[in-house]
Amino acid sequence: MTQLTIAKALTNGLRAAMEKDPKVVLMGEDIGKLGGVFRVTEGLQKDFGEERVIDTPLAEAGIVGTAVGLALRGYRPVVEIQFDGFVYPAFDHIVSQVAKMRARSLGTVAMPIVIRIPVGGGIGAVEHHSESNEAYFTHTAGLKVVCVSNPEDAYWGIQQAIATDDPVVFYEPKRRYWDKGEVGIDAPTRGLWSAAVAREGTDCTVVAYGPMVKTCLQAAQAAAEEGRSLEVVDLRSLSPLDLDTLCASVEKTGRMVVVHEASTSGGLGAEIAAAVTQRSFHHLEAPVLRVGGYNLPYPPSRLEEDFLPDLDRVLDGVDRALAF
Amino acid sequence: MIQLLTPEGQRVEGGTDAADYTAYVDALSDEELRGFYRDLVLIRRVDTEATALQRQGELGIWASLLGQEAAQVGSGRALAPQDHAFPTYREHGVAWCRGVDPLNLLGMFRGVNNGGWDPAEKNFHLYTIIIGAQTLHATGYAMGIQRDGAVGTGDPDRDAAVIAYFGDGATAQGDVSEAFTFAAVMNAPVVFFCQNNQWAISEPSERQTRIPLYQRARGFGFPGVRVDGNDVLAVYAVTKHALEEARSGQGPFLVEAYTYRMGAHTTSDDPTKYRVSADVEVWKLRDPIARFKAWLAREGRADSTFFDAVEAQADELALHVRRGTLEMPDPDAPSMFDHVYVEPHPLLAAEREQFVAYHASFEGSHS
Ligand SMILES: Cc1ncc(C[n+]2csc(CCOP(=O)(O)OP(=O)(O)O)c2C)c(N)n1
Repeated sequence: MTQLTIAKALTNGLRAAMEKDPKVVLMGEDIGKLGGVFRVTEGLQKDFGEERVIDTPLAEAGIVGTAVGLALRGYRPVVEIQFDGFVYPAFDHIVSQVAKMRARSLGTVAMPIVIRIPVGGGIGAVEHHSESNEAYFTHTAGLKVVCVSNPEDAYWGIQQAIATDDPVVFYEPKRRYWDKGEVGIDAPTRGLWSAAVAREGTDCTVVAYGPMVKTCLQAAQAAAEEGRSLEVVDLRSLSPLDLDTLCASVEKTGRMVVVHEASTSGGLGAEIAAAVTQRSFHHLEAPVLRVGGYNLPYPPSRLEEDFLPDLDRVLDGVDRALAF
Repeated sequence: MIQLLTPEGQRVEGGTDAADYTAYVDALSDEELRGFYRDLVLIRRVDTEATALQRQGELGIWASLLGQEAAQVGSGRALAPQDHAFPTYREHGVAWCRGVDPLNLLGMFRGVNNGGWDPAEKNFHLYTIIIGAQTLHATGYAMGIQRDGAVGTGDPDRDAAVIAYFGDGATAQGDVSEAFTFAAVMNAPVVFFCQNNQWAISEPSERQTRIPLYQRARGFGFPGVRVDGNDVLAVYAVTKHALEEARSGQGPFLVEAYTYRMGAHTTSDDPTKYRVSADVEVWKLRDPIARFKAWLAREGRADSTFFDAVEAQADELALHVRRGTLEMPDPDAPSMFDHVYVEPHPLLAAEREQFVAYHASFEGSHS
């Protein structure tokens, strides 16, 4: 066991994947000498060379579009998008090309591409640097979408994402990059594609992913002090959804609150509420509720505290679920 | 490369290329020339003050223009009142020339808004963070000017052009190539003004292009010129010419202002990781303000009384920037619901109400 930040766990995970498979190449803006704006690729160009850690021109469509070609040629590109708001120039390639190649080739072509995106707000940045755009990608068939919340999942998760032959949108919670935690050096006991029960409880299930997991664990701690037992589920995989774990939890607690930073309307919370209600309707004591960002463009940083769900808003959601 | 002033502050007379542009400079009065100097010094002071404010935690981030003052003032002063500028996030000097209060810019970097000024007021559009996007907006705007019949009429108060600012890194974006294509095909009155400061965060220009950027224009079918971006006179003359061409209906023009980013990319960046300080030292010798000052003084167009007065004005402006920033209130939280749609939106209206009620529920509950 070692203590690592999420950022360092990712660096080590990338390094392990590159050592294991010479076909793994990294691509992105500023990922070489600078080590990326969050320093996740720090030192990798020095160790693996410029052919495997590629400083690309400043062009996201180009980055993902050429990754498609490299994948067709047998490489496993891991691309870094600098910030969540800069993925849109590459959006067309991700949803029209990367996601559909498998189906349109009738299974003959694989797209083992990982698209790493630092996600979410809370770091006081200017606009386009704090967005949660996971719903666009979970809505797109053909992609896998994951979001890690802790160093252990970051370390193993990035390796699992690189190892899979399907394309993966890999979200990294940027305001948690510097949070430390234990990373087991043995192989992962859980797959990245399944949800994890991060804290057991009996009164209400709180579902979260990425940056909100920590907030929800804090909320559960606060609730415990008031005699309420919350179960926190860390989704990890946003597409596919691990409905077995979600439904098992809600069938135990009878209540569910889904928490995310993204605007609620048309968001992932809506999908979870519908899917869980459909399968576990008779076990529910209350409708599945959502706590999320408001339905606004991400506000200027001086207002982000008001926009982002915090511990109080999570607990308020739980109160509403329990009031039914 | 067009240059009208050497780094030592000597006028470059004649020369093949420069000769075409000297007339623009000769037409300037001493008063106007001193104005250029004033602009250069004042905007550098705004920049220094903003960097200090960021270090003191008053701004979330700041993108410094240090070293690029001449490129911005030279081009900004070449604009006619009816022209429109489409900036990136670093065009503080252009904003200054257009009469935008620097506090408007600082508000965005402080995080109290995401732009907040009315582009129509000074014909200075909102800062654009997404690299390259504004070059398309500028081209579309220029197409609008065309359709309004405000190109090539010969009326100097009516004919208008657009100027789009972007960096060398931006030229790698598809948007910029598409803007070039549209502008050329539509013969739109737009001047593409690339400040080649040689870095896109950590990546040198060679990572974005393998030919000099001004030569790209030719491939799209319009003229391109490289100018010494640290020479305010040359930048002024070249941009003025390009804008005149555009206004008169000759179509787009690319100006590459060759300069250097003296500071970090932004206050979040650490340039020691990727570039050597020797380069910075070389470029210090080409400082745009020192060279222009030397020329003004040598020619007797300005004296120490004037230079001292500008310093005093800079001190005053710095105070305005500092005070204004410290006094800038945080926006009222429910205001974030206000400007999302023109027409009322039921979901937002409901959320706003919930938001206000939720926050009211905490009032008085603090123990
Ligand atoms: C679409 C997009 N991708 C990435 C970024 C992150 N980013 C901000 S500035 C910058 C470098 C820009 O370089 P350049 O165009 O040369 O302009 P400069 O900042 O040097 O003036 C990058 C990569 C962004 N803002 N937008």
